[in-house]
Amino acid sequence: MPNGTVAAHDEHHGEHHPALQHHFQDLEQQHEASTLGMWLFLVTEVMFFGGLILAYTLYRIWYPVAWALGSEELNIYLGGFNTAVLIASSLTMALAVRSAQTGAQKATVRWLLITMAFGLTFLVVKFFEYKEKFELNHVPGPNFHFEGAESPHVQIFFSLYFALTGVHALHMIIGFGLLSVIATMASRKRFSPEWYTPVELAGLYWHFVDIVWIFLFPLLYLVDRSHHIV
Amino acid sequence: MSGHISPTSTYFAIFGALMVGTALTVAAAFIDFPAQLNFPIALAIAVTKATLVVLFFMHVKYGSKLTKLIVGTAFFFLGIMLTLTLTDYLSRGWFTAATRSTSAGAIISLSPQPQPAPLAEPGQNTSPK
Repeated sequence: MPNGTVAAHDEHHGEHHPALQHHFQDLEQQHEASTLGMWLFLVTEVMFFGGLILAYTLYRIWYPVAWALGSEELNIYLGGFNTAVLIASSLTMALAVRSAQTGAQKATVRWLLITMAFGLTFLVVKFFEYKEKFELNHVPGPNFHFEGAESPHVQIFFSLYFALTGVHALHMIIGFGLLSVIATMASRKRFSPEWYTPVELAGLYWHFVDIVWIFLFPLLYLVDRSHHIV
Repeated sequence: MSGHISPTSTYFAIFGALMVGTALTVAAAFIDFPAQLNFPIALAIAVTKATLVVLFFMHVKYGSKLTKLIVGTAFFFLGIMLTLTLTDYLSRGWFTAATRSTSAGAIISLSPQPQPAPLAEPGQNTSPK
């Protein structure tokens, strides 16, 4: 590239926000396109979790007793606690985005760190729930053990329990990594009321993972608590 | 950039509503509703909570029409996948099976005893050794 072009290019950069890509007219258009792209990704996520939940629904219709028995094994207090933790993390995430929108840079970092702390709390609780399942031999596989005639069907319940919560926990871990990057960027004062798109998009992802759990909690932990079949 | 900025009070109100929804869904699970209504009730509460998150936390309420269309499309196709599959599985054997029921379990029994042998038990290969 001739030197003259480089100089012209650099000069051109001085005229607009450093985050603006050249194929967009302005930051607003760029923000709109980014948001739309994130939502398209979330559409695929909806179908991904939707397929698993459809499998869950069909097996639940076939084996209602096994579903009730398996669900009774899950700790409703830990599940409820984690639900509250995730909803609180969604609130702090929304407040982080709002702080970025209003240019409160320190508050953005603070809310992001609190959100990450909630996410970590969720994962730690989940770890102890999984640990208990391993100790009780409720993990599907050759060592699976469950008393009674429904055992093979309860194993299907636990297969879906681990598939759904496992994939959800993986999303939490990815979200945690994502937020640590965003928090680092925020602490370097990279965001402003003119440009805070990464915070907004990370927020969309985090809220989506929260929505998945909003469905998983009643589907897995609260199948049939009114009968107490033992 | 002219993104909509919601007042903090909105976020706290949504947070409160979500917590109330969580309490409701736990309470409803311990009530024995007639006609297997527990599952639909739990789903209805979850859908309401998810809608609040999408509209307010995820700013879709203030988003462009295109964003709303994309989001709506996702849940529209999810609905097609769930309902069309269930119209098949739930209606199998309605007019052919002797017991008016099938493996799809049109008549759901909550007794722990093994159910009367269905015509075509799905997942039979997972039976105990």
